[in-house]
Amino acid sequence: MNVTRGVGIGLLIAFGSIAVAAPLLTPYDPGRSFADYPYAPPMRPHVVANDGWHAPFVYPLRLVDRLERRYQEDRTVRMPLRWCHAGTLVRVDDGPSPWFLLGSDALGRDVLSRLALGARLSLGVSAAAAILTLLIGAAIGAGAAVLRGLADDLLMRTADLVIVLPTIYVVLALRSALPLVLSSIQVAIAMVAVLGLVGWPTVARGVRTIVSTEASQEYAEAARAAGASRWRILRRHLLPATRGFVLAQAGVLLPTFVLAEATLSFVGLGFPAPAPSWGAMLQDAASVRALLDAPWLLAPAFAIVATVLAVHLAITAPTEQEAGTGFRLVSH
Amino acid sequence: MQRTFLRFVLRRAVAAVVLVFVVASAALLLAQAAPGDYSARDFQRDPAALAAERHRLGLDRPFAEQYATWLRRVVTLDLGESFRYRRPVLALVRERAANTALLAAVALALATLAGVPAGLLTGSRRGGLLIAIVRALSAIFLSIPPLITSLLLLLVAARTGWFPIGGLDAPDPGTSWTDILAQAARHVALPALALALPFGALIERIQSQALREALARPLAIAALARGIPRRRVIAVHAWRLSLGPLLAVYSVIVGALFSGSFAVEIVSVWPGLGRLMIDAIVARDTYLVAGCAAAGALFIAIAVFLADVAHAAADPRLETVRS
Repeated sequence: MNVTRGVGIGLLIAFGSIAVAAPLLTPYDPGRSFADYPYAPPMRPHVVANDGWHAPFVYPLRLVDRLERRYQEDRTVRMPLRWCHAGTLVRVDDGPSPWFLLGSDALGRDVLSRLALGARLSLGVSAAAAILTLLIGAAIGAGAAVLRGLADDLLMRTADLVIVLPTIYVVLALRSALPLVLSSIQVAIAMVAVLGLVGWPTVARGVRTIVSTEASQEYAEAARAAGASRWRILRRHLLPATRGFVLAQAGVLLPTFVLAEATLSFVGLGFPAPAPSWGAMLQDAASVRALLDAPWLLAPAFAIVATVLAVHLAITAPTEQEAGTGFRLVSH
Repeated sequence: MQRTFLRFVLRRAVAAVVLVFVVASAALLLAQAAPGDYSARDFQRDPAALAAERHRLGLDRPFAEQYATWLRRVVTLDLGESFRYRRPVLALVRERAANTALLAAVALALATLAGVPAGLLTGSRRGGLLIAIVRALSAIFLSIPPLITSLLLLLVAARTGWFPIGGLDAPDPGTSWTDILAQAARHVALPALALALPFGALIERIQSQALREALARPLAIAALARGIPRRRVIAVHAWRLSLGPLLAVYSVIVGALFSGSFAVEIVSVWPGLGRLMIDAIVARDTYLVAGCAAAGALFIAIAVFLADVAHAAADPRLETVRS
């Protein structure tokens, strides 16, 4: 294992842990809105005050001009950071102002808290969709390879058809068959299903090729000669041979799906308003006014890029020679 | 040769027609299957007016009948009328598809112009600071999807005023065509750049890989061993060899480009097919949804066909009848 790959995998594990432990890491409830702090800028921790060094603290913010949304740091008060306190990793005591490490959005909600909880929705949906896609793809690919003949032809022609479709338009068309307004859970299930339906053909093609090549190898023949049934050979001998390919595909699918979730939520067909998915959060940033006033609303964009980059590092570094397989991963 | 090529074109054309038809039908079916219809957007209407509206739009008939009517019209290239815009779907889609095609074509040209030289540079198996920088940039851009490049460029544009923000307006009548062209060029800059950055990086990667593989081939090694300068070996032999793999993935790139352009269109308010389709879906404008889906499928079919022809032209060993 080389260094880049280790870094990529480490980052992915870190993001996964953040998603799982989100409520323990973030200071506020992601839905909690501080009405007096719309578009509050990020508040960085300080260690130096006028009277010398202190443990990390933040200065409270005060809204100076509500119309222009101008804020000022109140340098007279220090709000010390409290570690592992009141059920979260780090927070400040309720004092003159809340603490927004990454700023707040239009409704005065903490961007950091929303970002961390958004990781749950975005990464959760993408991971589930990737797993579903791999399962469907592996089942269809293996089925086609084992059944051969007409079933094989039919399945692979279907795969060819689905592969050339413009992905995002298919996802949109499938999404359009569902009611526009759904609850978060319904959206999550619908998205996983839709993405799984669109993504399987590449996996199926690869698995079919590998399974049918491996089936003609001596070890498979030996198993057959020893009286093993077709399904046993498939399960014990042939499918394990696809492991490398399936893992590589997982790395291709995950970033694609993170982005698909973001795009769908961004255009308003994904997670509904209060849910802090990364795409839904980006929607808040997608106006010139918001971008100029509150560029920190782009935080989810960096989360998405970091995720994609981590996956790239984890999968592409060791396989530069065979990079040809990874090229569907960009931008859906 | 001529005949096999003709057969290849014909077969592809038939496949494209089938694809477009299947996609449009499926989209129509799906859009129809969704609860609610176009008339439902107005809640306060009294039931009688609502029923009249539904009757006017033909929404009160059973779906099989609606579909049959739609099919009959499609044969004559009449894709029905949009409920919302009250205009023929074909005209609407053609307008917007032209904008999407413009955006995609400019982006692809930019990506190719940047990606191929960069790939030739990094694939030449030399070291140095420049190559390291190009590689790092490409790795970064490859990880930034078009949705995000367009948001970031929007931020840059808002801060600096370098590019106009917002889509292309219909030109005033009487503007000279040079002005129209200049205006289009200014407006396409931001979305095209947003789309071109990740794809340029992708092309750089593929070109680099292909050139490295070409340089490892015996003929290149033999040429280098005879003392022919590396630059000349690349320019004369290896580059040509590396074209094949690059063009082979172009069809995939074009498909991805098309999907990517969707996000860019939404963010940069570019009046393209993506925006049209989203609005149609939200408004339950079923025929328009089907029309957009058909246009998307047609795009992909044409792009894949062009990429395959280019591939065959670059590599004469390829049988054009291969698929």
